[in-house]
Amino acid sequence: MSDLTNLGVKAIRDGVAKGDFTAREVAEAFNANVAAAKDLNAFIVATPEKALEAADAIDAKRAKGEELGKMGGVPIGMKDLFCTDGVQTTAASHILEGFVPQYESTVSANLWKAGAGMLGKLNLDQFAMGSSNETSYFGNVLSPWKKAGSNAALIPGGSSGGSSTAVAARLAPAATGTDTGGSIRQPAAVTGITGIKPTYGRCSRWGVVAFASSLDQAGPMARDVTDCAIMLEAMAGFDPKDSTSLDMPVPEWEKGLNPDLTGKKVGIPREYRMDGTDQAILDSWERGKEWLRDAGAEIVDISLPHTKYALPAYYIIAPAEASSNLARYDGVRYGLRDLPEGAGLQDMYAATRAAGFGDEVKRRILIGTYVLSAGFYDAYYTQAQKIRTLVAQDFENAWESCDLILAPTTPNAAFPLGGFDGDPLAMYLNDVFAVPASLAGLPAMSVPAMLNDDGLPLGLQIIGKAFDEQGVLNAGLAIEQRSGFDATPERWW
Amino acid sequence: MLRCGAANASFMSITREEVAKIASLARIRMDDAELDRMVPELNNILGWVEQLGEVDTSQVEPMTAVIPQAMRLRDDMVDADPLTAGGRREDILANAPAAEHGFFGVPKVIE
Repeated sequence: MSDLTNLGVKAIRDGVAKGDFTAREVAEAFNANVAAAKDLNAFIVATPEKALEAADAIDAKRAKGEELGKMGGVPIGMKDLFCTDGVQTTAASHILEGFVPQYESTVSANLWKAGAGMLGKLNLDQFAMGSSNETSYFGNVLSPWKKAGSNAALIPGGSSGGSSTAVAARLAPAATGTDTGGSIRQPAAVTGITGIKPTYGRCSRWGVVAFASSLDQAGPMARDVTDCAIMLEAMAGFDPKDSTSLDMPVPEWEKGLNPDLTGKKVGIPREYRMDGTDQAILDSWERGKEWLRDAGAEIVDISLPHTKYALPAYYIIAPAEASSNLARYDGVRYGLRDLPEGAGLQDMYAATRAAGFGDEVKRRILIGTYVLSAGFYDAYYTQAQKIRTLVAQDFENAWESCDLILAPTTPNAAFPLGGFDGDPLAMYLNDVFAVPASLAGLPAMSVPAMLNDDGLPLGLQIIGKAFDEQGVLNAGLAIEQRSGFDATPERWW
Repeated sequence: MLRCGAANASFMSITREEVAKIASLARIRMDDAELDRMVPELNNILGWVEQLGEVDTSQVEPMTAVIPQAMRLRDDMVDADPLTAGGRREDILANAPAAEHGFFGVPKVIE
C-alpha cells in the first residue's frame, strides 16, 4: 500500500468509504508520523488513542453500511485553542497548563460528528498572539521547510504554527486554525499549504479560548482547496451559544466548487503594493493575475484607501479586547495559581498573572488596558473603531467594481527563528496584508503560488464578499489548478 | 522587508510610572527590570499607532458589529441547553486550584 500520509481529506474520506483502506490504517499511519516528528514540536499533546477510537467507530459503521459523514475516517490536528472534553487545553500558555475542559467546543464537536478523529492538540503562539509561533510556553514550533543550502531553523508562521507545520510535514491531512488578524492565512502561506478564514460568524466561537472576540474566527488548514471546502462545511453552522454566530444554512461548498471564473471581476488593490515587499512576492502576484485571467476572470485595478491604517487600528482593537477577555485568568476558577506567602486576593491575582502570561501576552494586555483607560479611550479605541468602519467601507466600495480581491498573503517568505527578536513591531508587519479582511469580517484564503529563489513557498490571498466563501474557494481552485504547486519539504526531522 | 514609519513627532510618550499604573490596573506584577524593558516597547507601539490621528473621522461612526445582526433572545426556559445549564457544580469546580465544600477557595479577604 502506498503511504497513506500522502493523502488529503477527500482522498482519505473517499478511500475509506470505498474500502481501499480502513480508517484504522489511516490513523495508525498518521499516529506514527506524529510520534516520529517530536523535533518539529507541532503538538503539545498527542492523542493517538483518540484517533484510533474514532477510526474504529468509522470502520464499524462502514461494516454496518451506515453513513460515514463528511469527514468520515479523517484524522486531524486540533489547534490547542479549542476546548476538548477531557483533554488538556492550554492556548500554549502556562496559566492554562493542566486545564482539562469538561465540555467540547462547538467546532470540534461538529468535526467529530462528521466522522473526524483527533491526532492531538497543536502548538500555537500563546493565546494566539504572534506570527511566528515563538511565544508558546511549550517551545517554538519549527517549520519543516529549510532555505536551499541552509540548515537554519525557520518559523512556521503564527499563530496557527503547529497546524501549518503538521499539515506541511504530513503529520495530519488537515488541522483546525483560528484567524484573528491572519493566523490561518499567514502560516498557510509560509508553509505551502491552503487555509481559509470564513466570514465572521460562520464558525462558532463557543469553547474557543477567546483572544479578540470581534475578530476571532476558526477555519480549516489543509493541503488543497477541496479539502478546505470539505472541512469548512463540517466546522461551520449556526450555534445559539455564540451571540455572533450566523443564523444561516451552511452552503455545500464542496459540491459548488467550480474553477471557471468567466464573468467574475477580480480587483487588484493598489495600496497593497508596499515599499519593501519582496520582489518574489510581487512576481507571484503577477502570476496570480495571469492564472485568474486564464480562468476567465477580468482583472481590474481597485483602491482600498485606508489600508495603511488597518494594521495600527488592529493593534488597538485586538489588544483592547484581549485585555478584557484575559481578565478571567485570575487563579481562582481554573489554571495556575501563584499565592505568595501571606498574600491577599489582589496580590494573588497579580502574582498569578505575572507567572502565567508570557511577554507578548503581557505587552498586549498592557496596551489594551492603556487604550481603554480613562482619558485615552476616545483618542485610541474609539478612533480605531472609526478607522475599522472606514476599512470595511473601502471593501464595500470595491465590491461595486469587483467580485473578489487578489493580493499577496504576506510581504515575505518564512523568516529564521529569532529573526525579529526585540522588535515586536517589525513582526506585526507580517500580517499587513491579512488584517484588513479581518477587520471587515470577510472570508479570505491563502493558496500556495510558487517557491522563491531560496526554495521557500509563497502564498496568494483571495478576499471575498461577506458570505461568499464559494467565490473565494472557486478562485483558489482556479489558482491551484494553474500554479502546479506540488512542492513538499524534504524530511530532516 | 517592510519597515514602520517613524513615530509621530508630537507623540506624548508613556512614562515608567504610567506603565506601572497600567500593570497594576491589569493585575500583573512587574519588577523594575521588567518595567524598564516594557516602557520603550510600549512607546514604540503607541508611537506607531499614533498615525491614526491623521485620519479625519469626525463624520464616521465607530464600528459596533462587523456583520450586522439582530440581537437574538433565547426561549425563556430553564436549562434550555444542557451544555450551558445549571446543575454542573462538579464540572465547574473540576479545574479550580482550590475548591472546598462546593465553593472556589481564595485567600482571606475580610480581616
